[in-house]
Amino acid sequence: MLTLETLVPTVASGSFVWAWLLIALPLGSAALLLVAGKAANAWGHWLAVLAPLASFALALVYFIDLLGRPTAERSVRDQVYSWITTGGWDFSLALQLDPLSLLFLLLVTGVGSLIHIYSLGYMAHDPNRRRFFAYLNLFIAAMLILVLADDYLVLFVGWEGVGLASYLLISFWQERPSAAAAGKKAFIVNRVGDLGLLLAIFTCLAMFGSTKFTVVNAGVGQVSSGWAAFLGFMLLLAACGKSAQVPLQTWLLDAMEGPTPVSALIHAATMVTAGVYLVVRSGAVYAQAPSAQLAVAIVGTVTLLVGAWIGCAKDDIKKVLAGSTMSQIGYMMLAAGIGPAGYAFAIFHLLTHGFFKANMFLGAGSIMHATDGDVDMRHYGGLAKVMRITFVTFAAGYLAIIGLPFFSGAYSKDHIIEAAWEQQPVLGALALLGAGVTAFYMTRLMLMTFFGHKRWREGVKPHESPAVMWGPLVLLALGSAGLGMVLNGWIGRWLEPIGAEAPAHASWLPDFSNWLSFAVLGVVAVGVVIAWLVFGRRPVPDQPPQQVSPLTTIGRHDLYVDQAYVSGIAGGTYALGNGLARFDDRGLDKAVDGLGLGAQGAGWLARRWQNGYVRSYGLTMLIGLLAVGVVLILTQLV
Amino acid sequence: MIELLPLLSGQAVTFWICAVIAIVGAVGVVASSKPVYSALCLALVMVALAAIYASLQADFLFAVQIIVYTGAVLMLFLFVIMLVGVSSRDHLAETLKGHRVAAIVAAVALVALLALATGNALTDQPVGLDAIEADGYLQALAQLIFQRYVIAFEATAALLITAAVAAMVLAHPKRLRPKPGQAALMGERLAAYAASGRHPGPLPASGVTAQHNSLATPALLPDGAVALQSVSATVASRMPPASPDELIGPLAATLAAMNQPAALPPGPSSTASPPGESGEPPDTLDETEIVTPDSPAEAEAVTPDSPDEAETVMDTPDGAEAVTADESASGAEAVNSADSTDEADTKDEADTTDKADTKGEAGTKTPVADPAAGEGGQP
Amino acid sequence: MNPDLYLVLAAILFTVGLVGFIIRRNALILFMSTELMLNAANLVLVSSSWVQGKLDGQVAAFFVMVVAAAEVVVGLSLIVTIFRARRSTSVDSESLLKG
Repeated sequence: MLTLETLVPTVASGSFVWAWLLIALPLGSAALLLVAGKAANAWGHWLAVLAPLASFALALVYFIDLLGRPTAERSVRDQVYSWITTGGWDFSLALQLDPLSLLFLLLVTGVGSLIHIYSLGYMAHDPNRRRFFAYLNLFIAAMLILVLADDYLVLFVGWEGVGLASYLLISFWQERPSAAAAGKKAFIVNRVGDLGLLLAIFTCLAMFGSTKFTVVNAGVGQVSSGWAAFLGFMLLLAACGKSAQVPLQTWLLDAMEGPTPVSALIHAATMVTAGVYLVVRSGAVYAQAPSAQLAVAIVGTVTLLVGAWIGCAKDDIKKVLAGSTMSQIGYMMLAAGIGPAGYAFAIFHLLTHGFFKANMFLGAGSIMHATDGDVDMRHYGGLAKVMRITFVTFAAGYLAIIGLPFFSGAYSKDHIIEAAWEQQPVLGALALLGAGVTAFYMTRLMLMTFFGHKRWREGVKPHESPAVMWGPLVLLALGSAGLGMVLNGWIGRWLEPIGAEAPAHASWLPDFSNWLSFAVLGVVAVGVVIAWLVFGRRPVPDQPPQQVSPLTTIGRHDLYVDQAYVSGIAGGTYALGNGLARFDDRGLDKAVDGLGLGAQGAGWLARRWQNGYVRSYGLTMLIGLLAVGVVLILTQLV
Repeated sequence: MIELLPLLSGQAVTFWICAVIAIVGAVGVVASSKPVYSALCLALVMVALAAIYASLQADFLFAVQIIVYTGAVLMLFLFVIMLVGVSSRDHLAETLKGHRVAAIVAAVALVALLALATGNALTDQPVGLDAIEADGYLQALAQLIFQRYVIAFEATAALLITAAVAAMVLAHPKRLRPKPGQAALMGERLAAYAASGRHPGPLPASGVTAQHNSLATPALLPDGAVALQSVSATVASRMPPASPDELIGPLAATLAAMNQPAALPPGPSSTASPPGESGEPPDTLDETEIVTPDSPAEAEAVTPDSPDEAETVMDTPDGAEAVTADESASGAEAVNSADSTDEADTKDEADTTDKADTKGEAGTKTPVADPAAGEGGQP
Repeated sequence: MNPDLYLVLAAILFTVGLVGFIIRRNALILFMSTELMLNAANLVLVSSSWVQGKLDGQVAAFFVMVVAAAEVVVGLSLIVTIFRARRSTSVDSESLLKG
């Protein structure tokens, strides 16, 4: 059995002692921007762009360094400082650079840098640009803490940090009530997942006395399977929260209220994949808990279908992409849930998805930039001619996500479907179905946006975005197109040390030795054709048609999950709160009032003695004197 | 102890008599509706107790009981009773429901309890104080008070002082408004003068003369009118309307007698002649005007040679007194000064008199006018 | 002569004074009743002095008188003050002072 930690981390030396700069640079930049205030308005965004770029450069150095090492030495632990030492517990802030975290490092800093650059153009006219970049840097720093931690507790710090950054950025345009509400919703729903992670941490502390990955991975084999399953389910809950998996998926669609670069960076490329990272990181736990592992796979499968379903029904381009994100992360979770065989594919798909989804989101941002912020695809149409670069780059992302051979998505997604088919044929079949649906809704998006007749609103004159925006688009499009070929033959081996199984097929050429590859292609083709039949052949209605199938209606309402939560959980909470309030009003308050009234009544009775008449007091004294005398005499008699 | 009867000592007789008196008095204290009766009944009780003290060989306390208690404390009570109203009568009806019944029941119970408790307390035969009295009762008492109990004695001294101060503080009424100062009083007077013309200065003194050394004698104004304000209002209301002649007559006679160098003994008959000489009514000061210049000795006094004297004249507020002065030198001087300026001031005087008449307050106006005249006549 | 008789007389006087204190409303009478009770106590002291053949009881009675005098002085001035303010010496009118 392979566990994640077959590598013994070596102590950081050489350039690795500067690993803390990876985090410190964006964090310091964020702090400086927030503290400096208006003084940094003029140059703050440049600094904010430089910080992740510097981190990316440093990450590249480390990547090359590790690449040159023997496989067994590709794990470095850099102790930054001892954080908490209490009793038997010892938490230190240490950075762990191993193949898995380095991939994330590159993804976060690389895509993050591109999105920073893109934001230079996208947010050029926003009055709060400095604040936006500060939050972006804060997010980068928190995400790096998350992926570099060698300890669940430190990971939790980054976990909460990205939650905070996500909240701040979703509700960045806080003057919009919908944005503020979306931020709150994301934060609250994430808290549910955080509860799972907290419980997992507590469990680790109770069972192993430490939250270090190494200790937990080594110790999880010794505990009962029940505890291992509990740990697995709690980690799954955490992953569901952060990665918008069923049943905690509801926040992601609303999170599109944030600026589009945020949607691209946080809610597509990086943060939402933290759940996948967590599950892969905790592979040793899931190895001991098959039930939890199966649950991960099921959750992934359900989510990939749900996300695809929602993506089919939405007219808002960003929400379609958000549904697509849920769906793609569902694929990753499915991969992570089928065990070591899928870890490499999960990460592979995560990387490729990070590129092509960031690419498409930024493309969507570019379109919105051109259409004065309109997000309704029914108001687009025919944009391919006026926005050439955006169209081409978006098309690269589109081809990647539907899995056209030679494009990156094809490699990673095919692998997942194949692996799922081998492990759980039912899930594999559903994943195959999902690929078809993905092809359908993405084609729909492309047709509605770039083709057909113009349905632009009055006064909207679409135009190509500035170079600072399409530059990153081009880079991301290159990644979307070529990353699969580049990584396909390499990532399996690279990730082998952390417990992933190397895929059987590992060449840059698409694999057509398997009938499943043809099946996938066939399903995708069917999806594309249906989409073309529905949306490409006929003009797209300007208003969303009301006479639609129940499936569409349900999809448009996000499967009524929000309503269910509101009426179920929120309603129940309200009812409970009201009940408690009523109990407080009528029970506790009345009881307290009763006590007060009782004391008042007793006082009223006692007050009648205190009538203020000296003579009465004299009589009372006389009676008291008599009592004392009687007692004295009686005691004498006895 | 005198054995009155074989079985009855003097002490026992005293006890039984005084006990009855004391109890009756005590009940009287409690039951009287008038506080005065209560106080007197208390005096009775105390005197009876004093007698019992005497029979118990407590001679000192006997005296103290009579002098301090009955004499001082009870008199204090009586003072306060008089202060708050001797005629007040208490309502004996009880206002608190069941209070009196409860009090009586409790009192009976207390008596029973005390009797039960004390009935057998002193079973020893009394020792008596004969032995101490033999060595000197007062000496023994003084030794106790001033030696053994001297600290307590001093403490009671402090207590009494404190009580006296407390009584003064408590009984002293609070001044409700600040005491008016001289300036304020003067302001009031002048305000009254401005409003009603009331004379702001003191009232004229009464005209005490040789014949009438009574305060009921009104003063005379410079024009010879009677100043009624110089006597008490009560007297003025009762007094028969005095005629100026009646008042000035004796003085004028005296002065005339003094001015006659031949006739040494001034007789009442000579008083009539000066008016005849002047040919004017004798009741005016013009009389003296004629008389004075005749005497050179008087002339010295008439014209004051120093301004100081003139000042003195002016300062003297009682012009009326000066006018009706008797044989005293200052009086004569004042009169003469008025005389010497008469010609010049006739008009002034007439004005003053007019004013006084119109206002009906000749007496008050004159003192102002007269010194002014005196000053004006001073060259 | 049974000395207990003095105690009984003192008890009766004391009780009468106590009753007066309790049932009368006039502050002056209340004070007189208090004096009555003090005198009853004095009687006990003096008679005890006689019974015991010691003068300490008389000294104690003397002190009681002094204290009583002081008490009367203060008490009466209080009554005068109250009377001046309220035109009444009834202690019942002071029941307004109750809490």
